[in-house]
Amino acid sequence: MDKLLLIIKREYLAKVRNKSFIVLTILSPLIIVAMIALVVYLAKVNSEEKRVIAVLDESTFFSRQFETGAEASYVDYRNLSLEEAKDSVRSSGYYGLLFIPRGSEIDAVAEGIQFYTKESPSMDILASLEGKIKTRIREEKLNDLNISPEVINSLGANYDMNIVNFSGEKNVKGITEIKAVIGGGFGYLIMMFIIIYGAFVMRSVIEEKTSRIIEVIISSVKPFQLMLGKIIGTSLAGITQFVIWILSAGILTFVVLSFMGVELDVLHSKANISPEAMETLNEASASQDTIQLYVNELMKIPWGTLIVSFLLYFSLGYLIYSSIYAAIGAAVDNETDTQQFMFPVIMPLMLAIYVGFFSVFENPHGPIAVGFSLFPLTSPIVMLMRLPSGVGAAGVPWWQLIASIVLLILTFIFIVWLAAKIYRVGILMYGKKPSYKEIYRWLKY
Amino acid sequence: MEYFNIFEQIKLNMANLLAAENVTKAFGDYTALNKISLEIPEGTIFGLLGPNGAGKTTFIRIINQITYPDTGNVIFNGERLHPEHVKMIGYLPEERGLYKSMKVGEQALYLAQLKGMNKTDAKKKLKYWFERLEIGDWWNKKVQELSKGMAQKIQFVVTVLHEPKLLIFDEPFSGFDPINANLIKDEILRLKENGSTVIFSTHRMESVEELCEHIALIHKSNKILDGKLTDIKRDFKNNIYEVGLETDDKNALKSELEGKFSVEEAHFKSLEDELKVRIKLDSNETANGLLHYLTSKARVNHFVEVVPTANEIFIETVKRN
Repeated sequence: MDKLLLIIKREYLAKVRNKSFIVLTILSPLIIVAMIALVVYLAKVNSEEKRVIAVLDESTFFSRQFETGAEASYVDYRNLSLEEAKDSVRSSGYYGLLFIPRGSEIDAVAEGIQFYTKESPSMDILASLEGKIKTRIREEKLNDLNISPEVINSLGANYDMNIVNFSGEKNVKGITEIKAVIGGGFGYLIMMFIIIYGAFVMRSVIEEKTSRIIEVIISSVKPFQLMLGKIIGTSLAGITQFVIWILSAGILTFVVLSFMGVELDVLHSKANISPEAMETLNEASASQDTIQLYVNELMKIPWGTLIVSFLLYFSLGYLIYSSIYAAIGAAVDNETDTQQFMFPVIMPLMLAIYVGFFSVFENPHGPIAVGFSLFPLTSPIVMLMRLPSGVGAAGVPWWQLIASIVLLILTFIFIVWLAAKIYRVGILMYGKKPSYKEIYRWLKY
Repeated sequence: MEYFNIFEQIKLNMANLLAAENVTKAFGDYTALNKISLEIPEGTIFGLLGPNGAGKTTFIRIINQITYPDTGNVIFNGERLHPEHVKMIGYLPEERGLYKSMKVGEQALYLAQLKGMNKTDAKKKLKYWFERLEIGDWWNKKVQELSKGMAQKIQFVVTVLHEPKLLIFDEPFSGFDPINANLIKDEILRLKENGSTVIFSTHRMESVEELCEHIALIHKSNKILDGKLTDIKRDFKNNIYEVGLETDDKNALKSELEGKFSVEEAHFKSLEDELKVRIKLDSNETANGLLHYLTSKARVNHFVEVVPTANEIFIETVKRN
């Protein structure tokens, strides 16, 4: 036990004192913040840049339609010929010229409309122009049918489905997505952590092999102790780095954004909530009740269970994967030889993330989601994506949660045992490029 | 009944610090050690010899409990080998190194603590050894700043620091210049004087000759020879004498000797121009008889019994098997 602590301490210090680790720890939040600032800045610049479109309307059908809006401003080019208008637009540097031909039938006129631009126009400009023209055509046609504007206005239907669960509580739309994003965030965190710090464990094992200190050390401690100490020490260093990143990135973002004058709560809701949820949220924002409903829903997410499960799935999942990484490190002589073994390790992680995003969000309790949340190599990620919807009747059935954890623990024991065997033999094998067959043979030593 | 046997064996092994009994180890289909039995007497330097790939390292790793025998026992200090024994063993492996980016003092302290020493004790002893080997000012250097020989010195210190009863050196002199190799050799002898038992594995036969009292020779996973070096040499000598004879007519004397004994030419350095030969006696003839005969024929400047060197014994035994 004392020795294990010694090893953990050394591995931790070796990691956090490492120059590249320190540089990465300091630079990453700066880079992230710089990127966020850049995106915000570009978005601001983009929205400030007004695009000007000249309108040459020879038909007079659309005269009132093009009022300066958010996406572009319009200049009326009456009494010019098309050629003159084109020249003028080109020389004045306007975004484009909308040419509406002469005519008495609106359909024919619309057919002849041309939009001249220097380069191909952006999607939102096109959509906006098309929308305006469509509205106008409809108005005109309804007008021909002698339907008054009042009637047209009263035709507009606005409807929101009221969602209620069986116990009679009101529900809000978009909450499933919010829950999925929360679960997805946890799952993604686990994957990133495994990939980054698992590789650290592997590199550290390779370093001990190439520096030839390994035999001295395992004449004092058991290889398993060394492997475990290495994994724990490295993950503690990883957690330290993660915490520093999250804290400093949070603080820096706050500082930078308030400096740039962006309203934080707006950005917050934009960043965290999917577009559909955004829409519902915006529409409902007038009503205090709806906001209250969202708060209630978020409070109803079983945070306790979620955090406990996160810690459990995170530790077990990380231990499983990092012991595989340690075994790979022990089997090879240098990092280039690791390639052939890396793919099978990364694959289940990738699969879990893709299954999560494409299937679990859609149907958190469907057969695919259930299957992958039971399979031990993907369950740490997939189960966490399902858990925000709760455990029990409305969410993940208890038996699935328990089965998934039991399977994970059994796999954990098996994989660590297997990895320790490979590790024990591998660390003393020098100058061999091992194959899967060779490693299989080691298991029998 | 079995309990009684073990007890008996323990009593028998008291004079030996370490005894291996029928130790067998296989890796898959390959047998690395085949029923090796060895006894290493306490307070001696024991040479573990053998060609590359003979199984020496596997045997040493079993003593260090890095690997375990498939069958057979190892008795250490009167007990079956168990994990607590690692504190009493110091091992300098052939494939050795240090953490490159760690500071020398910190690293030595870490390795000492892994051997079960407490920090203050380890620090005190390290200071002593660093002074002794004149490497005190390296404490805060990183290993990557040191030369190979310098790193070897630190490894040596780390091996002996916890004052183990059994020291295992696998090719300890590789990487040292002659001066430092001598320094380390003297330290090994001093440790032996202070009561440590040393297992010494090497290919350098001149150091075996110089240091080892007992040897064992392992070849192709089998022990083919072991015992006290002097006993082995006695067994290997062939009643051959090397002589230098000063005479007026060397050719006449040579042909006369050839008529009486089996004679070979010999080469050694001498001051005079003399007849140099090796004479092999039959088992019924004695050295005294030969000397008596030679003094009657010429002036005897040189008369030595040819005792095989460890190197010759090594090569001959390996070839024979």
